Amino acid sequence: MTSHRTHRVAINAAGVVVALIALFPVYWMVLTSFRPGQELRTPTPSFLPTSVTLDNYRRVFEREYFWTAMKNSALVTLIVVGLALVVAFLAAVALARFRFRGRASFLVLVILIQMIPAEALIISLFQILDGAQLTNRIIGLALTYLVFVLPFTIWILRGFVGGVPLELEEAARVDGASRFGAFMRITLPLVAPGLVATGIFAFILAWNEFIFALVIMNRPENQTGPVWLQAFNEGARGTDWGGVMAGSTLMAVPVIVFFLIVQHRVSAGLTAGAVKG
Amino acid sequence: MVIATTATTTELKGLVDDDQSSGAPPVPRSPRSALPYVLLVPSVVILALMLGYPLVRLGIMSMQEYGLPQVFGRPAPWVGLDNFQTILNDSYFWTVLWRTLIFCAVTVALTMVLGVLVALLLEALGRVMRVFVSASLIVAWAIPPLTATIVWQWMFDTQYGIVNWALGKRGESFFANQLTFFMIAALIVVWMGIPFVAFTVYAGLTQIPLELMEAARMDGANFPNRFRYIAYPAIKPILLILTSLSVLWNFRVFTQIYVLQKAGGVTRDTNLLGVYAYRISIGENDYGIGAAIAIVMVVITVLLTLTYLRAMMRVEEP
Repeated sequence: MTSHRTHRVAINAAGVVVALIALFPVYWMVLTSFRPGQELRTPTPSFLPTSVTLDNYRRVFEREYFWTAMKNSALVTLIVVGLALVVAFLAAVALARFRFRGRASFLVLVILIQMIPAEALIISLFQILDGAQLTNRIIGLALTYLVFVLPFTIWILRGFVGGVPLELEEAARVDGASRFGAFMRITLPLVAPGLVATGIFAFILAWNEFIFALVIMNRPENQTGPVWLQAFNEGARGTDWGGVMAGSTLMAVPVIVFFLIVQHRVSAGLTAGAVKG
Repeated sequence: MVIATTATTTELKGLVDDDQSSGAPPVPRSPRSALPYVLLVPSVVILALMLGYPLVRLGIMSMQEYGLPQVFGRPAPWVGLDNFQTILNDSYFWTVLWRTLIFCAVTVALTMVLGVLVALLLEALGRVMRVFVSASLIVAWAIPPLTATIVWQWMFDTQYGIVNWALGKRGESFFANQLTFFMIAALIVVWMGIPFVAFTVYAGLTQIPLELMEAARMDGANFPNRFRYIAYPAIKPILLILTSLSVLWNFRVFTQIYVLQKAGGVTRDTNLLGVYAYRISIGENDYGIGAAIAIVMVVITVLLTLTYLRAMMRVEEP
């Protein structure tokens, strides 16, 4: 009995240690972002919140290009999510509802594409976009992100569309609905969880992406959030950690909160989508 | 990126399921209709223009002399395999290549071992603690890679970093030293990689019938033996896939290295393949050489992918 109890205590202690390691950097980021500058330079740092200030956030809000960067990020994210869902949904319908020559090869291609290291393509992609006058343009960046979002989105949505029994649609048509009407009223609602899951995936990719934005959006007024943040980080050179952490918090916390809320739904949606294939 | 990870395993499952059912074709609605092709047009156009064309262009550029004059519109002379010869004869390229492979191997090994341990821990924990630890792991998983790197950079800050303080090393830059630079980079990569491995392995562990574990316990099998003879064979396919995926991801790590170099890392001592190709091409305008390095990256990735595909096939077998 005693050995069982020590066993339980040891396991719980290990759990606490894992949780602390996972959480500490995020905790430290948020804590620093609310801390006055002089307190960041004390000989002995305090692990608990002491005095709270909003100065760091004020500096971020007043810093040049912050709001344009946020606007650019929001815009590119919106375009990527919208385009990805429409384009991938059309492809998913083709793959799940029709049998045609080239279908299997397209599916294999969709898988293989995801193995190509995007980082290797930056060089030529930059030149192509530059030649087409699409660098420093939101649409150029959005098209780039679509390449990384589409294969995955097509794959998952294909599973969802395939999971809707054709008989349901046919029953609706027997009852007098048009093919389009049956599709809108029967198939679309059933596919909605898949659209939500893949939409979130596209959202997070576009909001977080750094490398391509760094190369393609190289003018300050065209930076996205992550590029702006890294420029701030480089420019501050360790002198304004309060400000840099406030910026980091603004970039990260929405995604974290969002993810904690939807995580369950997303993994359920993705599993369903994959299994229903 | 965050969910991309979940995706790929579920997607694998999907692929397997798909193959199993491939005997039954999707419902043929209107045979020989042009409609499916029409529906695929937008996807194909975007993928061809933004992926196919850059790949071809990269291949061509790797066989051209493509420098600053060409950036300004001079025609690019064809040089065949000269660029590849140049990099393969460059001892620094080999240094970077080996460094990248070693970094990849070390981070993957650490991520896998620690990820499995955390998964076993999740299984051993009671309900409340499990929810708490899972939520903490989700937080580490969800934070954008760039933000995570900047936060760790602050924690290792020369003057005021909390880690430097805890180690009594205030005033010492861990980024300037090659070994500690890579230790920090590996720490960030592993820290971000563990949650996904842990969740996926945990999901695999919960699939093992409880009676099986219980029976083994009754028969007196201790924990290492229960893991070795019951859990390990059951989750082996998952482990193979996770390892292959981690290899693919950690081979191309970019953001962490790029940011830490700006934080005081010596570029030459700390370049990995991805960052190196970027610096040579976009940094120094030597696009021909940069493209050749990128092609080598793609080739190595393809080789690694073959291993990955083989791992998938093995999943399909039983």
